[in-house]
Formats: sequence, structure tokens, C-alpha cells
Amino acid sequence: MNWNSWSEFFSMGGYGFYVWGSYLVSFMCIAGEIWILLNRQRTLQQYLGQRRIKYEREKE
Amino acid sequence: MLTWVIRRDLLLAMRRQADVLTTLFFFIIVVSLFPLGVGPEMNTLRIMAPGIVWVAALLASMLSLGRMFSNDYLDGTLEQILLSPTSLSLLVLGKMLSHWLITGVPLVLMAPVLGIQYDLPFSALVVLTLSLLLGTPILSLIGAIGAALTLGLRGGGVLVSLLVLPLYIPVLIFGAGAVEASTAGLGFEAHFSLLGAFLLASLVFAPWATAASLRISME
Amino acid sequence: MSINWYKYASPASFYFLAGKMIPYFSIAAIALLIVGLYIGFFVAPTDFQQGEAYRIIFIHVPAAWMSMFLYVVMAFWAGVGLAFNTRLSSMMATAIAPTGAMFTFIALWTGAWWGKPMWGTWWVWDARLTSELILFFLYIGFMSLQAAIDDPRRADKAGAIIALVGVVNIPIIYFSVQWWNTLHQGASVSIAQSPKMATAMLAGMLVMALAAWMYSIAMILMRARTIILERERHTAWVAELKGMTR
Repeated sequence: MNWNSWSEFFSMGGYGFYVWGSYLVSFMCIAGEIWILLNRQRTLQQYLGQRRIKYEREKE
Repeated sequence: MLTWVIRRDLLLAMRRQADVLTTLFFFIIVVSLFPLGVGPEMNTLRIMAPGIVWVAALLASMLSLGRMFSNDYLDGTLEQILLSPTSLSLLVLGKMLSHWLITGVPLVLMAPVLGIQYDLPFSALVVLTLSLLLGTPILSLIGAIGAALTLGLRGGGVLVSLLVLPLYIPVLIFGAGAVEASTAGLGFEAHFSLLGAFLLASLVFAPWATAASLRISME
Repeated sequence: MSINWYKYASPASFYFLAGKMIPYFSIAAIALLIVGLYIGFFVAPTDFQQGEAYRIIFIHVPAAWMSMFLYVVMAFWAGVGLAFNTRLSSMMATAIAPTGAMFTFIALWTGAWWGKPMWGTWWVWDARLTSELILFFLYIGFMSLQAAIDDPRRADKAGAIIALVGVVNIPIIYFSVQWWNTLHQGASVSIAQSPKMATAMLAGMLVMALAAWMYSIAMILMRARTIILERERHTAWVAELKGMTR
């Protein structure tokens, strides 16, 4: 094990700012990419759902 | 056919001289702005001169790309050319050469004068002019691909810069590098032979890729 | 026999096949990420030269690998789409671009945050960093060209041309940047001769690289599915899928 305590883990031997800055932004990018894609899918599903409602109405 | 396209484009350019002059003056203004931004220290300017002249040449050549096909596209000539039985690549090559004659050659001729503004020694002026002479045709050849792809698109002018400028980087590196090498007393022959290799490679591939792009854009 | 092949090349059957595959790749990505981070932070020892700051490489190197690899894969699918006129291949290329651009950005960002403690500056005009920046521009160019074209078929083909021109130019650009960099010695710090790596460090990096692979595949399949549905929303199979049977 490399770390004796949590504070040691977070300080990363004095480089904590750089290490956590890199990891934080990288995971924010990944989360952002997923969020944008899910948003795109939701818009599409809404469009298709509305078409379905219209279709049901026409069938009646 | 090739000479016909070139002669026609040159004639059109003569009728619209303002377009040609705008590109040239853009080049002159950009180069002249740098000392105002960086400061008049001659030793710094002398080091930066090749890079500045080359970047300005890149931008000037790129700005005029939009005109390469757009006029022919708007008046329907391009559609006629696409329907004609002659090889499209050859016609495109003609367009590229006339673009170079109209925008590239004035830049080459102007470069020594601008180099004097930066107090470049005579030998460096010669190398700068020769490097532009070898390099500017490549800019017209590669730029034509971008011009053909963005034909008729909204915001095509900005888009073409995004597409084309990254591809210009090798030309910039070796063009400006040749001048720097010569002022440093090193040989610049390697730079020139690489620029020549780029020129030959783009002469072979660019007309073909541009013709394909034009077909896609005109579908 | 060729009928079978075309069955999977049709966007509709790909849509269902990809839908079945996405969960597996997503779970693999998460599992590998956890293992990779565990190795990276708890198993891999402190580097005697760089201290703890080297732990950035566990994300930097896989991101840089993915960014370069994905551009080549993107150009390949775009080229296949252009040559054989297969819609699905072109859609794959379009689906790859944003993930590739994101990895390029991560590689640049983590490169800068690694460089600051190691070299004392956020940015050096090192051959690798510069090439990575140019790669980012190439991704942005591809994506903005496709975004500017309304007709999907033209967007596919125009994107294919610029991707292929880009992939031919990448070696030339890399070589020129390297030449330029060696000419201007002094301004650069070489990261080429990295010190010999401990096995645990290498293992952490490889596991993280695998996680990046799985993540990319899952994301690309998901985006490809979305693109298929967007483009084919007026077709019969999409209508049937949404319970609109005629």
C-alpha cells in the first residue's frame, strides 16, 4: 500500500493539484460526452413519441 | 483545355482587378502589423521575419480560396464543366494554376520588399522569395480541396480555414525553416527538396481529390 | 452467402445488434476503469524521479493512444463508406469523431497538467504535444464540415474526403513537426526517453488503455444507434419499432 492516510492520498506527495486537476477534468469530459449523447437520444425519443401520439389519433 | 481554363480565369481576374489587389494588400498589411504589435526592435524582427511573411502568405492565399469555384458555381459554369466530357481533374488543375498565378505570384513578388522592412540580408531575401515560389503553388493545390468541399455552404469562408490551415503546416515549417537555416549559415537545400517533394505529391493527388470533392458538392 | 453479410451491413439490423452489445462493453469499461485506477493509485509504486505526479500518465497515455487510433479508424470507415457507398460505414465515421476529439482534448489537458510540475510550464512546443494539437484541429475540421452540410449523403462523402486527406497528412505533419522541433533545440524537453517503468505502472497503463477501448466502443455504438434512428426516422422499420404498424 502506498498511502498511510487519506490526507496523504489526496496530497499526492505535493502534486495533488496537478494529479487531481487532470483526473477531475478528464472525468468531467467523459461525463459531458455521455450527457450530450443522452440528451440527443431524449430529443429524438420525444420526437418519435409525438409522432406515435399523432398516429394513434389518426387511427381512431 | 488546360490553357483555355487558365486564360479564361486570368481574363476574368483582369476584369476584377480589385479582388487581386485586396489579397495582395491584405498580405502587406498583416506583415506590417507585426512590428506594431511586437515592437520595433530590429534584432527580434529579423528573427521573426520568415515566420511572419510565411504565415501572412498562408492567410492571404487561404482568404482568396473562396473565389476559386464560387463565381463559376453561382453563374452555372461549373455545372456545364461537370457535364462536359473532358477530364475534370485537368480542368481543376487549370483552376489551381490560375489561382496561383492570380494570388500566389503577386505574393512572391512582394515578399522581398516586405523582407527589407524587416532588415533581412540579401541572401535571406533570395531564399525567402524562392521558398515562397516553391511553396505557394502547394497552398493553391491543397486549398482547392477545401474550397471544393465547402462550395455553397453557409459560413464556408471560416470553415475552409479550419479545414485547410492544419494541412498547410508542413509547408509553413519548411518554407520558413529554409530562410532560418540560410541565415544561420546552414544549408537550405534539404528544405527546398522537401518542399519540391510536397509540390510534386500535391500536384498528383490534389486535382484528383478536388475533382472528387466538386462532384460530391454538386450532386 | 453475400446476402448474410449485407443483412448486418443494413442500418436496421446493426441497430438491434449494437443495442445488444452496448451493455457488455459498458460493464467492461467500468470494471476495467476501477481495476486500472486501483492499480494506478494503490499498487503502482512512487516514481523515484517524478514522485506522485507521474500518476497522470494512467489517463494521459491511454487518451493519447485512443485519440490517434480513433482518427485512423474514422478515416477507414469514412473511406469504406465513400468507396462502397455503404451508409452504415459513413455513420460509424461520424459516430467516432466526437469521442476521438474528446480523447485528444484529454490528452492535451493532462499533458499540460503533467508538464507544469515536471517542466515548469503548462505548455512546451514539443513534437508530440504539437502534433496532438494539430490532430485536435483535424477532428474539429471534420466535425464542423459535417455539421455545416444539411444533406447527410453529402456530409458523409465530404467528411470522408477531408478525413482521408487528413490521414495521409498526419505522418507528413508529424515528421515536419519533429524536424522543426529538432532544429529549434533548447526550447523543447524530450519526453521520448522515459525512465524504465515498473511492471505495476505498465500494467496500470494497459488496463486503463483497455478501459478506454471499451468505453470508446460503447460510446461509438450508442452514438451510431442514435444517428441511425435520426436519419431513418421516416422509414417503415422505425415506425414499426415505435408501435406504428400499418
